[in-house]
Order: sequence, then structure tokens, then C-alpha cells
Amino acid sequence: MVPKDQHIISVTVENRSGVLARIAGLFSARGYNIDSLAVAETEDPTVSRMSIVVRGDEKILEQIYKQLNKLIDVIKVQDLTAEDHIERELVLLKVNTSTSNARNEIVQLVNIFRAKIVDVCKKSITIELVGGKSKVDAMIDLMKSYGIKEIVRTGRIAICRENSKEK
Amino acid sequence: MTGAKIIVECLKREKVEVIFGYPGGVVLPLCDVLYDSGIRFILTRHEQGAAHAADGYARASGKTGVCLATSGPGATNLVTGIATAYMDSIPIVAITGQVATHLIGNDAFQEVDTTGITRPITKHNYLLKSVDQISRVFKEAFYIARTGKPGPVLIDIPVDVQKAETDFNYPEKVEIRSYKPVYNGHPLQIERALTLIKNSKKPLILAGGGVISSNASEELRKFAEKTQIPVALTMMGLGSIPTEHPLHLGMVGMHGTIYGNNAIMETDLLIATGCRFDDRVTGKISEFAPHAKIVHIDIDPASIGKNVPVDVPIVGDVKKVFEQFISNAPKTNTDEWIKKIKDWKEKFPLTYKKSDGLKPQMVIETISELTQGEAIIATEVGQNQMWAAQYYKFKHPRTFISSGGLGTMGFGFPAAIGAQIARKDRMVIDIAGDGSIQMNIQELSTAVAEKIPVKVVILNNCHLGMVRQWQELFYKKRYAFTCLKNKQPDFVKLAEAYGAKGYRITKKEELKKILEKAFAYDDGPVFIDCIVEPEENVFPMVPAGASLKEMIGGLA
Repeated sequence: MVPKDQHIISVTVENRSGVLARIAGLFSARGYNIDSLAVAETEDPTVSRMSIVVRGDEKILEQIYKQLNKLIDVIKVQDLTAEDHIERELVLLKVNTSTSNARNEIVQLVNIFRAKIVDVCKKSITIELVGGKSKVDAMIDLMKSYGIKEIVRTGRIAICRENSKEK
Repeated sequence: MTGAKIIVECLKREKVEVIFGYPGGVVLPLCDVLYDSGIRFILTRHEQGAAHAADGYARASGKTGVCLATSGPGATNLVTGIATAYMDSIPIVAITGQVATHLIGNDAFQEVDTTGITRPITKHNYLLKSVDQISRVFKEAFYIARTGKPGPVLIDIPVDVQKAETDFNYPEKVEIRSYKPVYNGHPLQIERALTLIKNSKKPLILAGGGVISSNASEELRKFAEKTQIPVALTMMGLGSIPTEHPLHLGMVGMHGTIYGNNAIMETDLLIATGCRFDDRVTGKISEFAPHAKIVHIDIDPASIGKNVPVDVPIVGDVKKVFEQFISNAPKTNTDEWIKKIKDWKEKFPLTYKKSDGLKPQMVIETISELTQGEAIIATEVGQNQMWAAQYYKFKHPRTFISSGGLGTMGFGFPAAIGAQIARKDRMVIDIAGDGSIQMNIQELSTAVAEKIPVKVVILNNCHLGMVRQWQELFYKKRYAFTCLKNKQPDFVKLAEAYGAKGYRITKKEELKKILEKAFAYDDGPVFIDCIVEPEENVFPMVPAGASLKEMIGGLA
């Protein structure tokens, strides 16, 4: 489950060199924790979006919001947790398949989770999984019993749902 | 036009009259153009001095100060000065040279990641990679430095960019989509604040450095007088209301007045304006202003609610908000409250034990008397700073120039030089300690060369006094690394060696006479070495982390 004090913050920033360092520096200087961070260009090439997963109580969140807004290169800060939104994370999982039994079970689980097998070799399978936090956590938990060799995660990203009146 | 010429043109458009700086390899193209540009260049003897001087210039004048340094060590030497300005929200633009663009990242000679190093201590900074960016960036830099919550902005310019050529087009307007400071207070919050003021029996204004930087002293005084609300000050707010004003409550906090701190502990409505509730002001935060609702006015939303929970937040420029307050000022009745404060003032005035020796407080009192509160007082950091804050009777804003947030020893002297250049019409006095003054003593050479008539009063107690005071009170009088007896230079001879005047005062009987003589000298800097009682303490005092009601000392 999503911890109660975990928030996903969407920060739109000027797409310039040094901006990521400003944001990362702000978090480390003020002692805020980043659980994950994903950055890429948006529909406007001069703007980048950072999706930052942070933890903190209301007071810390308020400071994060205000301190981010103080940075000249920050255009907008939005706490998506407070709104109706869709969250996804992409995970690549390399799992041990020492027995054929294990391989069969994993293939079944991959189907149930609507994940994808993207690489197979004698001793392991690589799975591509996209989903929200609970789905990702559940899959990783199940795979532990087979032996996870490696996990690569993008960190969560999120987008707001369109308002019903805008539909 | 070359990049260097464009930079100088930009500086002229921003009405820059003086630059404090130090030349070096990668700022040669710029220095060459500045040489006969008509902009005054003050060559300091260390880049730290240049940054502090630009800061002092800005504090005294309200304009944006400019300093210049070369790459590498030049830039790193600016760092303390930039951090000082950042903590106190002072508008300066720092220009640094950088190695040529093709060498950046190669560990070239005198290369350092200047924008990386200064990122957390500037409001914003730039690395200019193309000559075409210069005009826009300079326009933005000055705009960002002086608007909103002011602060330092650094522009790092590689040497090849200074030499490259392009057309010069200075932008008329600044358009930064992500930076739009709010100046007017929200009408709804203003209304809520005014209702609280109307219903309050013991209201108190706490004025900080924001009142000075937004030039709101006049509005503050008008509002306080109209509503008869007493005004307490943070150290950074000194000068925003005259010390002799009947509603003035002096400085509050660690070395605040007893009556000021009492008022904080008893007020039922604290109107905090342009201050950020530093721990030196609040003491133990959970016991700060325990009976008060808090209205907090600040240009910086992040300052509101950061340290102290606030009932009515007002984001805006202090001057604008006071104007909104004045035009709707409610009727108040604070007679009883004012009477109570008056009693405190009479019962617990700022005082010290008189003796036969020369007391540092007496030195400040005498300076105050001789200058009639009309001088600009710069300070170093430590006991000298606190005594200056306590005993000088300020009359005007922008006449107390001191490193509040960062607490930078060595700030006062170069800042006084900057202040004197900004304000030729006022006497500028640096209240120094024998420790602090040696942290930027080299600027004596600058002041002599430029004939800057700054008066440096050294409260010489042969100790790093404030640290010694803490050791006396909290470390069983173990004076680790704070006693400088017989280890100090002869400050009079030292002044003379630089070509400055030097005086020494050892007895209280000669204090006034020698100060008068020294203050009359106008042809360059003067050092006045005052041999004061070595173990005098700054009182009253609230121990670090204690509540404001736990004051020690300060009763005669």
C-alpha cells in the first residue's frame, strides 16, 4: 500500500542545464527525502516535468512546495496525491529460473499481472511490468521467492485525470 | 560589439555607478573595457572584501551592489560574501570570470564549478555560454536581485564569451514566466488581520529586515502611531523606527531588551512584518509568544509558517501591506498595554554595571551621543555587534549594517567601505572587535588608497569575546582558543603602517575627547583602538534554546 505520508509531486521546470541540480540540491540541503525522481521533456520542449515521490507530514510538504516555488526555474508545483490522478511505474525485473517449474509459474504470473517477458535465457527471465505502486509491490513480492537477480525501476510518474466538465 | 563591451553597456543601463572587485586572467577583457568606462572601480585587497563592500553599498543605499572576481580562487573568495547577502536578502550582482567554454570541465587552470558552488547561496545564478545571452541575462539578473525577496545573483562568464562579438540589444522588459512576485496583500487576509487588531488588547508589531528592504519605515511608523501599537525589532529591523520613539521597544531575542521580550511573552496579537522567526529571535519555539495570535507579513511565502505556526498569513511587500493597513486602520485601545510596557521600560532599562575602567557599552553610548544617531553603524559579529545594536540610538533606516543571518566576522569593515561610497553625506563607523577586524584587515589598504573616511572603533578586549562569554557561562570558564592576550598586533601602528590614522583609548576620561578628534579626521580611514574591560559580557541574555522569559543578567 502507499504509505500515508508519501506524496507524488509534479514539478514543471525550465528545460535548462543545472535545473535538476538545483532541485536535488534543495532537497538535500533542507533534509527532505526523495523516494524516486523521474525527469523528461514535456509537450513543450522548453519545459521539463519532474515527478518526485517524497515523504513528509503536512508541514514538510508545505515547505517543499514553497521552497520549490522559490526557485526561479520552477514554473509550477502540484501535489498530485491531493487530486484525482493516474500513477504508473515501469519496472524491469530479472528473475532466476533454475527449474522449469519456476519458469512455468513465472510465465503464469506474468500473464495474470499483464506484464511482459522481454528476455529469456537459460537461468533467468526478464520481465517488463507497468503499473501503480500496489501492483508493482505485489509482483516484486511474488518474484522474491524465485530469487530476483536485478530490479530496475523508473520511479513513479503521474498525470491528472481530466475534470469531468472538461470531458 | 564584444561581450565585454556589452556587459559594460548593460551595467550602465542598470545605472551601476561603482563596482567592487579584483582582476584576474579570465576577466581581463571585461576589466579592459571597464578601465575607461566611467564606472568607478574599487579595487579591494581580497575578493571577500569586494562582496561585503557591494553588500554594504546595497544596504546603505537600497540600490543593487555589484562585485567582480576572476575564476577559481577569485570566485571561491566571494562565497562568504554572497552567502552573507543571501541570508540577509541583500540585492547584489556578482560577476565572475570563467575559463573558456572549450576548457570547462577539463580541470583547467583556475577552473572551479562556480555556479555549482554558489547554487545554494544565490537567489539565482547563470553560466553564460554564448555572447547572445548577455543582455537578457543581465537584465534578468538585476531584476531578480532587487525584486520579490531580494538576494544575490551570480553571473559566470567564460573569457571567450567576453571576447566574442554580437549586436547589442538591451531588452526593455523582463519576462520570466516562472517568477512573478506578489506585492499586494490579499484583501481577505488583510481584513482578517485588521479584525484581529481591532479586537486585540495587547497587540505588538515585530519589525524585521523586510521593513528596511522594502523602505516601509515611514508606513510602519504611521500605522503604529495611528493604532498606538508598540513596535519591537529584530536586529535586522533596527533603524526602522527611531530608538527614541515612545512606541519603540528595542531589539528582542537572545540579547534583546527585557521589556521587548516581556512584551513578546505577553502580547495577544503579534504582527510580524518582514522577519522570519530566526532561532536567535524566538528562543525556545514552543514557548514563543504563548498567548498570541500571529499575523505574519512577508514577501516570501516560504518564510511564513516555516518556524512558527501563523494565524493570518499575508504574502506581500511590507510597504504595500502597511499602506493597505493604514487606509483601513481600526480603532484600538491600547492605553493599558502601553502603560504596562512603559512600566517595564522604567523598571528594566538596558543597563550595565559602571566601573572605573572603560566599558564597551560606554564607548557605544558616547559614539551615539557624538553622532546624534545620524551615523551609519556597521558592525562585525559578536559582542561588538550586540553592544552596537543595544546602545546606539538609531534614527533612520539603512543606518545599521550588520551580518544577521550568517553572522560573518570580517563583514563590518568592507561593508562600511561600501556604505561610505554609497552615502558620502553620512559618517560611517565600523564597530569592531579585536578578533573580527583582523578577518578583513587588508581592506585598510583599499580605504587608504581611495581616501574613504571610515571610522573603525575596535572594542579591544583581547578575547574572542562572545565565544569567551559562552565559555564563561556554559563551559566552566575554560577559555579554549579565545584568549588573545599579548597575541594581538598594535592596531595603532598597524593603521599607521597602512598610511591610516590610529588612536588609542585606554581610560574612560579620554574617551570623548579622542573620539571627537578621530571623527573629525576626514582624509581617510581611522582606527580607534579602545582597550575595554576584557571580561565584560553582553546582557541580558537568553541561553540558546531557552524560552525568552529565561533571561539572565542585565539588571544593574
